[in-house]
Amino acid sequence: MQPEAEFVHWLFATGFLVLGVCLLAESVVGPDVWGRSIWRAYLWPGAMFVMGVCMWPVMILFTNSTIHMVAHSAWAQVLMLSGGAELALARGKLRSPYWHLTVGLALVVSGAASLVHEQNDWLFSRAAFVHHAMGWVMIAGAIFPIARTFRPRSFALGAGFAATLLVISVLLYSHRDVAEIFGHISPIAGTPHR
Amino acid sequence: MPGMGMSVGMRAEPAPLDQSRGRRSVQARVVTAIGPLTIFAGVLWAFAQPYRLTFLHPRGQGFWWLAVEPPLLVILVGVLFGAFVAPGLVEDLQATEEDER
Repeated sequence: MQPEAEFVHWLFATGFLVLGVCLLAESVVGPDVWGRSIWRAYLWPGAMFVMGVCMWPVMILFTNSTIHMVAHSAWAQVLMLSGGAELALARGKLRSPYWHLTVGLALVVSGAASLVHEQNDWLFSRAAFVHHAMGWVMIAGAIFPIARTFRPRSFALGAGFAATLLVISVLLYSHRDVAEIFGHISPIAGTPHR
Repeated sequence: MPGMGMSVGMRAEPAPLDQSRGRRSVQARVVTAIGPLTIFAGVLWAFAQPYRLTFLHPRGQGFWWLAVEPPLLVILVGVLFGAFVAPGLVEDLQATEEDER
């Protein structure tokens, strides 16, 4: 009954898609209009927190190696931290805007976790490519939420952050357990399937 | 001709209220488009890779292949955003415009 890894990647891709469309809309209308409805203010931080909670079963069930478990648990913790901090900011329990930096931290740690737990080269298989690309997109994209902490009304920074999440979503949706990447696949990767 | 110059100047530069209204209108259009564009992306993907839609050929498929069909998930996100998030957001944009008057 345990799903193959690709299904888990697709479900998290959907989570990132939810985050991406919400943050895109927020960047278009601005944080004041977005926050006029309290449930909407909780929407993407809540989704981020739930994604963090859902990473724990991934950590428990997908025990390919110790580094996988460490990477998945680090991922779960930073997603819950940033989601929780954003929820508390929306609720008014936290007041310092510097708590927004936890989202940047989550992207940097998640990117590092993605890079560290991928032991194969870029062109070993589609899965290896996705993890390398996603890691670097997360680390580079962390600049947007970090800068947005200091300029929360900037459309460019908000849209950049949303675009980062949408790119991560596309990468996760393109994940396959064993598939070619640009015509390459290692002979020891297994039998490819579409 | 100072009066004429002033009237030309007023016509060339829209009033701040008009500018704000125009900006809000563009924002409302973009927000309204996000849901349908997401649905369109999902439909496009479904046509490009129909074998990802296992409900079209369910025989012999396992639980996860039937439960997780990525193009349908993309369409679902677009539908939910378009139905539940975008309308309220456009209403709040209009309310903000009213407040600014």
